[in-house]
Amino acid sequence: MALQSLDIMRRSATTTPSPRQRITQEVVKLIDVSKCIGCKACQVACMEWNDTHDDVGTNHGVYDNPMDLTESSWTVMRYSEVETERGLEWLIRKDGCMHCADPGCLKACPAPGAIVQYSNGIVDFHEENCIGCGYCITGCPFNIPRLSKKDSKVYKCTLCSDRVAVGLEPACAKTCPTGSIVFGTKEDMIHHAEERIEDLKSRGYTKAGIYDGPGVGGTHVMYVLQHADKSELYHGLVKNPSISPMVSLWKGIVKPFASLALGAGILIAFFHYVTKGPNKVSDEIEKEFKDEK
Amino acid sequence: MKSDPKKILRYSPSERANHWLTALTFVPAALSGLCFFHPFFFPLSELFGGGVWARILHPFTAVIMTVSFGVMFFKYRELNVMAPIDWEWLSHVREMVGSDDRNMPEAGKFNGGQKLLSWLMAACMVLLILSGIIIWRAYFSFLFPTWLIRFASVVHAASGAIMIGMIIFHIYAAIWTKESIDAMLYGWVRRAWAKQHHPAWFKEMTGRGK
Repeated sequence: MALQSLDIMRRSATTTPSPRQRITQEVVKLIDVSKCIGCKACQVACMEWNDTHDDVGTNHGVYDNPMDLTESSWTVMRYSEVETERGLEWLIRKDGCMHCADPGCLKACPAPGAIVQYSNGIVDFHEENCIGCGYCITGCPFNIPRLSKKDSKVYKCTLCSDRVAVGLEPACAKTCPTGSIVFGTKEDMIHHAEERIEDLKSRGYTKAGIYDGPGVGGTHVMYVLQHADKSELYHGLVKNPSISPMVSLWKGIVKPFASLALGAGILIAFFHYVTKGPNKVSDEIEKEFKDEK
Repeated sequence: MKSDPKKILRYSPSERANHWLTALTFVPAALSGLCFFHPFFFPLSELFGGGVWARILHPFTAVIMTVSFGVMFFKYRELNVMAPIDWEWLSHVREMVGSDDRNMPEAGKFNGGQKLLSWLMAACMVLLILSGIIIWRAYFSFLFPTWLIRFASVVHAASGAIMIGMIIFHIYAAIWTKESIDAMLYGWVRRAWAKQHHPAWFKEMTGRGK
């Protein structure tokens, strides 16, 4: 992404600052689940803009198609039929990358520059730097990245970083016929969400609220949920997403210290050798066998 | 090859081949593993033709290493049993490191340090191969739940680092103890060397009690 090369907040497996002279506004894609009619136009627009072509699947007897995210289907509609105090409800959630402020994928990635986070909040995979280890899948709290069997690279929603860079909105937001998906600055989107929540509450959805993953520092894809207190109703949307403590331990402070310890081990060995000298056969024993010959 | 007829055979040709196969597969396994350990080591991936090749080769070299180590460990399983004398040897290890071996109890073919190290390495190998299979994304990870893959990632990184540390120690011990690399390369050792470093083994091989 040459156009955005000066606004990189973070870069995977990089210990020095990234070029971040340009500071862009934080953007958010807001998905109002209460407005979604499940038409899948967003899925189509995503594939059309990104030129991805998934295999033709089979009918599983439900609306979900494909059944899961794939390396070619970066967003899928999740349909859940649930019983609430309001009776039977059909909850349809557009699933895909949440673009976390504290991305578990980026934290886990061992390949320099394979995952970047722009100052506008978009978390993007740069597949040319990807080594195909799948650590991002291990690190992601939302189970989003998918490893391609064809090229062993991982793929996920880019939040149309290429479109956003030139002032366009993501393809899914552009195409959504009900205005369920809207895109703009974080400030505007939160303001819009608050209005929507107020409206939902006035219609009896007393627990309506915003879902923005505070455990991962906030997300740049947010949901307006009718039942914000029960996010699991929406096809198991994690209630309090956060980077697993295991991943933090795995990628934490211990590793640089362990690396230093290994280096120190080599130095200690070297100085042991030059101070104590080699462990040779003693002169006494040498003499004993020499005499014998 | 045996230049001096009075030399003692320490490692047979098959033992030597077994050891060096383990060593030669350890090197690429460790160097490629370090690439993913910390960004500081990522440039090592150039040795393998880039990060993708490092990722592809790491598990295969590691599997060969593990099998080869397993054969060696099985072969030495009885020699490596820790006896009271080995624990005593270890209790004097500070003096040994300080180049004073006067109070060291008489070591057999392997001393207490060598025995303990081989058990610790075996433990690390088991942890590495089990966790390694779980995080081998190309073929096996889909079989396991995410929480287990996360746990295995931690176990793999930790046991890998400990393993590399132990190998650094092992290599240094071999450099420090003169002629021991020759022993592993050529198989035969001088009687003086055997008596110096492994007196109990020397007596056993020569029948000399002195």
